[in-house]
Amino acid sequence: MAKYLLLKHYRGGPKPHPNAEAFMDQWTPEEIAAHIAFMGKVADDLSARGEYVDGQALAPDGEFVRYDGEGRPPVTDGPFAETKDLIAGWMIIDVDSKERAYEAAAYLSSAPGKDGKPLHEWLEVRPFLTEPPVVE
Amino acid sequence: MIGEHLLRDLSPQVLSVLVRRGADFAAAEDAVQDALMEAVRRWEGGMPDEPKGWLVTVAWRKFLDARRSASARAMREVAVTHEPAPGPAGQADDTLLLLSRCCHPALSPASAIALTLRAVGGLTTAQIARAFLVPESTMAQRISRAKRTLAGERFERPGDVRAVLRVLYLMFDHGFGGATDLAAEAIRLTRQLTASVPHDPEAAGLLALMLLHHARRAARLDASGDLVPLALQDRSRWDTAMITEGVELLQDALARDALGEYQVQAAIAALHDDAASADETDWSQILEWYDELVRIVPGNPVVELNRAVAVGYVDGPLAGLRQVEKLDAGLPRRDAVAAYLHEQAGNDGEAARLYAAAAQAATSSAEMAHLLKQAARLNRRARPGGGPSGTGSDGPVDRDGS
Repeated sequence: MAKYLLLKHYRGGPKPHPNAEAFMDQWTPEEIAAHIAFMGKVADDLSARGEYVDGQALAPDGEFVRYDGEGRPPVTDGPFAETKDLIAGWMIIDVDSKERAYEAAAYLSSAPGKDGKPLHEWLEVRPFLTEPPVVE
Repeated sequence: MIGEHLLRDLSPQVLSVLVRRGADFAAAEDAVQDALMEAVRRWEGGMPDEPKGWLVTVAWRKFLDARRSASARAMREVAVTHEPAPGPAGQADDTLLLLSRCCHPALSPASAIALTLRAVGGLTTAQIARAFLVPESTMAQRISRAKRTLAGERFERPGDVRAVLRVLYLMFDHGFGGATDLAAEAIRLTRQLTASVPHDPEAAGLLALMLLHHARRAARLDASGDLVPLALQDRSRWDTAMITEGVELLQDALARDALGEYQVQAAIAALHDDAASADETDWSQILEWYDELVRIVPGNPVVELNRAVAVGYVDGPLAGLRQVEKLDAGLPRRDAVAAYLHEQAGNDGEAARLYAAAAQAATSSAEMAHLLKQAARLNRRARPGGGPSGTGSDGPVDRDGS
């Protein structure tokens, strides 16, 4: 059993599938509602399989922040440039195998978009680091 | 909670009474969970005189209620089932009965572990969820799903001990990460299993293996929580009583002359535990046991990799590297072992490169940190004006079996 992060991007990643080229503001409100409902269904289905751990969406606006020395305010850089990779949200799953993680990611990626067609959206799949095994 | 430990001990006993009365496993497990919840509510005001009898009565009633609403026909079948008297003689035998249901090969290891912890280990769903760091609702669904899978399977008595051993091994090896101590639970359950199958040398071998590793637990992490490789562990912190028990169990098992993989792994662990210092480790004997392990589980690359470490100690690092080179490049920990052997052979540059590559592929934070430190140590040694050399290798993140 291993945990995987399914990372959804607003921008970045490989060249999008034609179905995923239009931004959400080009969809109809019903299409947006159907997309969000599908996300909820994926979470419910993963829960029913005993695989769902967590899922969160992120606002697109934000800034880079770093330490700037003792007694100085944090340095910020933002908002994010249009060219930068931008994370939209994530889902965390606990599954039996990498193959199963990919299958779940493909399911999530099949969410309906414009005209109700599957988005084929790229999702980044990253394994969590675990505890070392006990048998050394 | 009222009588939490008592409930924990009693729940598998009550479950086995129901199963022996002819209740199907999944429905019986549901009924026992319901009875436990009722016990928590009712016992606040005072414990019944015979808690087990109380739980059996309540669980059986709940089972019948559920059955009655589910199917009248199934009800008639249950009604004609003979009821054997529960007694201490049946208890040891019941452990195998329940374990072999929970560890049925149709279940994934994670599902089997979760179901075993609840049905036989008596843990709550919340405790199991904490062990795996998943939400309680997810763990509840995982257990329900496992039970639904079992509902369609046929069971044979006495059940498959090998499948049970595998699940208990994986439970033990899962790690110390969660709030629930899975290694301790695995030891507890394996103890119960060995009482149930006292003549099975592999069950005894597995218990020995667990104890011989668990004995080193206090020395595995340093004060800052970093992983300490076997070669550098403070051996005075090893639990000698646990080692003694493990060695005795192993010797009894080996005397039955039916060697298996768990006995062999336990023998390797015992040889490490037996060495007063890392330098005194009897690598020749360890290598002989690895040769045995390769015969018992042929074609297992993880075993071959661990054997290569032993070859490195016995026949020299270059001989070890020749063994490593036969193995698939993508094999986990292959780079870490190769790095260690290259360092022993004096190829610091190659060793540093491989340690860094191994860190990239590490599956745990502790292992990653350890491997990065090895790479950094060699890189510093290589730099002119760098720190003192000869601090010595920390060894690979040794795994003396698996």
